[in-house]
Amino acid sequence: MSRSVRLLAIALLGGGLVTAAIDAGRAQQVASATSGKLGLGRPALPEEIKAWDTDVRPDGKGLPVGKGTAKIGDAIFQEKCASCHGEFGQGVGRYPVIAGGIGTLKADRPDKTVGSFWPDASTLFDYIRRAMPFGNAQSLTADEAYALTAYVLSMSDIIKDENFELNEKTFTSIKMPNASAFYEDDRDTSEKHFWKKDPCMKDCRPSPKVTGRAMSVDVTPDSKAGPKVD
Amino acid sequence: MSDKPSADFLNRRRFLGAAGLAGAGVALSSVPGAAGEAGKPDPLITHVQDWNRYLGDGVQSRPYGSPSKFEKDVVRRDVSWLTASPESSVNFTPLHQLDGIITPSGVCFERHHGGVAEINPADHRLMINGLVDKPLVFTMEDIKRMPRVNKVYFLECAANSGMEWRGAQLNGCQFTHGMIHNLMYTGVPLKVLLDEAGLKPNAKWLMLEGADASGMNRSLPIEKALNDVLIAFAMNGEALRPEQGYPLRAVIPGWQGNLWVKWLRRIEAGDQPWQTREETSKYTDLMPDGRSRKHTFVMDAKSVVTNPSPQAPLKHKGRNVLSGIAWSGRGTIKRVDVTLDGGRNWQAARLDGPVLDKSMTRFYVDLDWNGQEMMIQSRAMDSTGYVQPTKDELRKVRGVNSIYHNNGIQTWLVRAGGETENVEIG
Repeated sequence: MSRSVRLLAIALLGGGLVTAAIDAGRAQQVASATSGKLGLGRPALPEEIKAWDTDVRPDGKGLPVGKGTAKIGDAIFQEKCASCHGEFGQGVGRYPVIAGGIGTLKADRPDKTVGSFWPDASTLFDYIRRAMPFGNAQSLTADEAYALTAYVLSMSDIIKDENFELNEKTFTSIKMPNASAFYEDDRDTSEKHFWKKDPCMKDCRPSPKVTGRAMSVDVTPDSKAGPKVD
Repeated sequence: MSDKPSADFLNRRRFLGAAGLAGAGVALSSVPGAAGEAGKPDPLITHVQDWNRYLGDGVQSRPYGSPSKFEKDVVRRDVSWLTASPESSVNFTPLHQLDGIITPSGVCFERHHGGVAEINPADHRLMINGLVDKPLVFTMEDIKRMPRVNKVYFLECAANSGMEWRGAQLNGCQFTHGMIHNLMYTGVPLKVLLDEAGLKPNAKWLMLEGADASGMNRSLPIEKALNDVLIAFAMNGEALRPEQGYPLRAVIPGWQGNLWVKWLRRIEAGDQPWQTREETSKYTDLMPDGRSRKHTFVMDAKSVVTNPSPQAPLKHKGRNVLSGIAWSGRGTIKRVDVTLDGGRNWQAARLDGPVLDKSMTRFYVDLDWNGQEMMIQSRAMDSTGYVQPTKDELRKVRGVNSIYHNNGIQTWLVRAGGETENVEIG
């Protein structure tokens, strides 16, 4: 090995060590920066939390003070909601159907509505107040949200008395028909057979035949024919 | 193989020319360079072309560049009948026109529930409240002063391929598989932000909430939040695109896209899930017994051949590149098998480019095609040993009404002329 080559080798090796030292230094720097508090951000004020934290849980946590009945809700619904959801919640065009369908979940074409599918009434209140009407969200008062919730529930006979007062205290008495029909993701057990050691590679099946073609499907199905993405 | 085409090949070309191919959509080997092949000099070579003579645009003519005008059909597409309104809707990434693993920002599929919120980052706030020692408000300036990381992850809509549960419906991998993109994100680990506020011991769930008109909100288990969730402000090296949550979004590696809340404005800590609309009415999976799975967060191993596919038919006999993508929310892609005969025989494809955790992985099969009909499928395997199932295997467990999480094996029928169709086989 010539002297110059040896020097080059030493220089490269040295360079490597320096790089390693820099990497270690960087890691230490990041560690020290994340171990303690950064001191960034500022305390959220109660008024600010109140303005944004409007979510409601099934146990009633988050419900605001207020009240409404299905009867009052009917009038609000016809004015602010029926143009998309239909007078009786039947849906206009492809806008969501929100009533009926109870008992259809095992059917070939299930009707998944608030009444037939939703497990918690709190979700209805939360969603109406957060995101409805579509295009004018967060424009409803707490009383209007209570009244609309009561009316939508009455359309599926979950509230039967149109003068029943839904408020922050009576809310958790509402029982949804499909409340107990949800369970945690069980794919690890119910689909355990998809974990396979050695999938077949040769002569795995008889000659296949075409059983369905996208080209022969009418790609403008009605509202029942294809899953909706709403 | 010599440079000269075989006599058969030439005869076939004349035949196709005589038959008139207008409207057929597929013309095998009608390619530039053909003039040279027929023995006549190619004018594209023998004549000086405009671009070879006249000056092109100067350096500042495109301060923010866009693709060549010849690539103008590489675009997001939608299927108008899917949804009631374009503001709560979805469009699709043109997978058949892309390669590698990084999705160009401008063609990343979009999914909004209240349209695209246009937010000046100076006006954006992120609040952390609930079961924390100190509820906090951050500005974007605050967030950009925190230690940051760069990670490549796929985001797949839970409903990707959802229209295909009952059978082959849409003709093109853009439509059957295009609710996915794969990006490099720059952001701050969520843990850094939570440490700043100080989680209380009984904090078990977080709720993420968007600033858009849908007020998108989802519950997220705390273990995941502290593990690998990022709060990202950049994608592919630049600020998020407005349609991808500018200025701030959640990145939830390997989990269904709906959880990746865009325009993120608030994170609340709580001791139980909130059961919001998007985790009860939506993103729950109806099973044949009438009950439903909930919290089906992980996106299972999946793959699709992007070329050939219905929007990208085979154009040449002989040498061809079969290309596709595979991904798994449970880890890395270990292997992708490809069959040309509808699952009778399989071969391992060649994985190329980075193979990263919870990221798209590119695969290829370099194949000779003699014009025979093919039924092409791909089958992904991930680092947990999970093997992508067939659609029939999935339907056996789940029926056809679960809408989400369809990761079944896709079949493309390649016909003798090269046209390619979305089919189901039995």
